[in-house]
Amino acid sequence: MLRFIASRLLQGLFVLFALYTITFFLAKAMPGEPFTTEKNLSEESKAYQRALYGLDKPLLHQYFIYPKNIITKGSLAISTSKGRPVKDIISQSFKVSVVLGLSALGIAICIGVPIGVISAVRRNSWVDWGTMAVAMIGICVPAFTIGPLLQIFIAAKLSAIKVAGWGDPQDILLPAITLGLSTAAYLARLTRGGMLEILSQDYIRTAHAKGIPPSKVITRHALRGGILPSVAFIGPAFAALISGSFIVETIFQVPGMGQHFVNAVIARDEFLLLGVALFFGFLIVIMNLAADILTGILDPRVRIAGNAAK
Amino acid sequence: MPLLEVTDLKTHFHTRNGIVRAVDGVSFSLEKGQTVGIVGESGSGKSVTCYSLLGLIPMPPGKIESGSAIFGSTDLLNCGEKKLCQIRGKRISMIFQDPMTSLNPYLRIATQITEPLRLHMGMDRKRALKHAIRALGEVGIAEPEKRIQMYPHEFSGGMRQRVMIAMALITNPEILIADEPTTALDVTIQKQILDLIKERQRELGTAVLFITHDLAVISEVCDEINVMYAGNIVERAGAEELFKNPRHAYTRALLKSIPALHAKGEELYTIPGLPPDVSQPINGCAFRPRNELGDSAKCLPNHRPVLKDTGAGHWVQDCPGCLA
Ligand SMILES: Nc1ncnc2c1ncn2[C@@H]1O[C@H](COP(=O)(O)OP(=O)(O)OP(=O)(O)O)[C@@H](O)[C@H]1O
Ligand code: SF4
Ligand SMILES: [Mg+2]
Repeated sequence: MLRFIASRLLQGLFVLFALYTITFFLAKAMPGEPFTTEKNLSEESKAYQRALYGLDKPLLHQYFIYPKNIITKGSLAISTSKGRPVKDIISQSFKVSVVLGLSALGIAICIGVPIGVISAVRRNSWVDWGTMAVAMIGICVPAFTIGPLLQIFIAAKLSAIKVAGWGDPQDILLPAITLGLSTAAYLARLTRGGMLEILSQDYIRTAHAKGIPPSKVITRHALRGGILPSVAFIGPAFAALISGSFIVETIFQVPGMGQHFVNAVIARDEFLLLGVALFFGFLIVIMNLAADILTGILDPRVRIAGNAAK
Repeated sequence: MPLLEVTDLKTHFHTRNGIVRAVDGVSFSLEKGQTVGIVGESGSGKSVTCYSLLGLIPMPPGKIESGSAIFGSTDLLNCGEKKLCQIRGKRISMIFQDPMTSLNPYLRIATQITEPLRLHMGMDRKRALKHAIRALGEVGIAEPEKRIQMYPHEFSGGMRQRVMIAMALITNPEILIADEPTTALDVTIQKQILDLIKERQRELGTAVLFITHDLAVISEVCDEINVMYAGNIVERAGAEELFKNPRHAYTRALLKSIPALHAKGEELYTIPGLPPDVSQPINGCAFRPRNELGDSAKCLPNHRPVLKDTGAGHWVQDCPGCLA
């Protein structure tokens, strides 16, 4: 198992380095340059700024110094548009995004998985068709439609819930629903598919033949295998949820991480861009690994295969 | 009164392509401690017959159209899911054809095998485990204390079928339904599993309903044999009588096609044609096109054959063109 984790982490490192390389050169290829936002900046002060951020060095030197600083100093450089360390910017907004993302994931799991299970058990009934139609809509309708709808029909009617803003605990609700709804819909469809597959297996018939009550056949014998596809999906989905969403953050005025992906590009702030991109990549690697480990815990056959491989 | 009395069981499947008359009026009975066999080609309705008894038919598309299955004071076909759950796995157990897929791959053997004890006997985890370890030992699994903590994929097919047998018999049921328990196994293992079933049956006094398509297998274990064709029983007799004195043309054809009963070098008999498509409404007789050994001149295609006692417990369908 340790061997498996170590090899996956090494793989992840390669992925991150590839991601870095691509982002680095794309950032360099962006049109425009940093420090153009402040008006009337003289050529000298621009040159001074560039030297300050190390942007005057040869390209190759820049390419190697950035990862070197991450490893030796744990530094992600200074944001050229905000003048603050990228690390601070990320850690500050990441706290917000984690809270929002976790709530969204919680909502997604609590809605998606039970719906998937129920529609699989009642397959081809109107319950099944109804929920799956709603799930399909949930996947298709974008956040910038759902968000404003929630603002209009919930926030505007209930005085306890603000239309937008971030600070009180109840502020989490609407953005979390908006963010989690499409994940819930995916989970519902994945869980339904997984459960249908398992429910047709011979060992479910064995379980019934043993006199186990139908509801317990579902929870004890079918659920574990049935949610495996969802588990594999939750890893990367979770990484995406906690790294923020520009759209949801904009609609609800949430100071999360998603805004930086867009703002960094607009401000041609390559260090911020590299920082958030690498951080997002890191999250994906970790979450995928976590999903694999969880799959191994749930499925003994995978566990054995992993052991045999080492 | 027999332990289980099945009368006029009809199980049909209402599919998009029409009604599949998988079981179409089957009657038989099972005495305490007796072994009754059902033999027939693939698709003749053997599995559907025993699934119907335990309420394991998927509904829809399945529907039990008629019949009764009296077990003690209960009609298994009309007693409701709750009552049935108390009988299944406790008083009537079942083992299946494919041991590779019949155990839950996600759960330890210990969890699966103790389940009936905890559910039906109200045992706590520890007592159930002790009981289960002994049961595994009794079906010939070495080091049961250790192996019980393993997962199904760590067992071979034969071993898994042993686990299935131990699990089915662990509550000391009155009836064991064995649906082709050896079909998916190697020939050498088949014999071991058959012997095991016989041995456990002797020790526990369990009645066995033994399903197979292999007459050679059934001759070894059964007291009485039902020959099934297209959802009907065409002949029933004691094992010895059936092999000595088969009456129905289909039974004779089946017997003729057993390799072991052939002299060396003699050409193997195969029943002409295919098993009937039970999803098509049968025009007249389902067997007529394949009736080679009978005398088709005497056929009564519009007569619905009825199983009749010809004396000494030898029953056969009464259509003259098939009888010898
Ligand atoms: N769920 C179902 N839906 C539709 N038809 C079914 C269903 N289950 C069984 N049947 C049909 O019922 C008929 C009898 O099937 P059954 O499984 O009882 O055959 P069998 O005698 O056990 O054969 P085998 O030796 O292959 O196990 C077959 O024609 C089959 O196609
Ligand atoms: S004798 Fe009767 S049962 Fe036999 S093939 Fe002819 S019609 Fe069918
Ligand atoms: Mg079968």
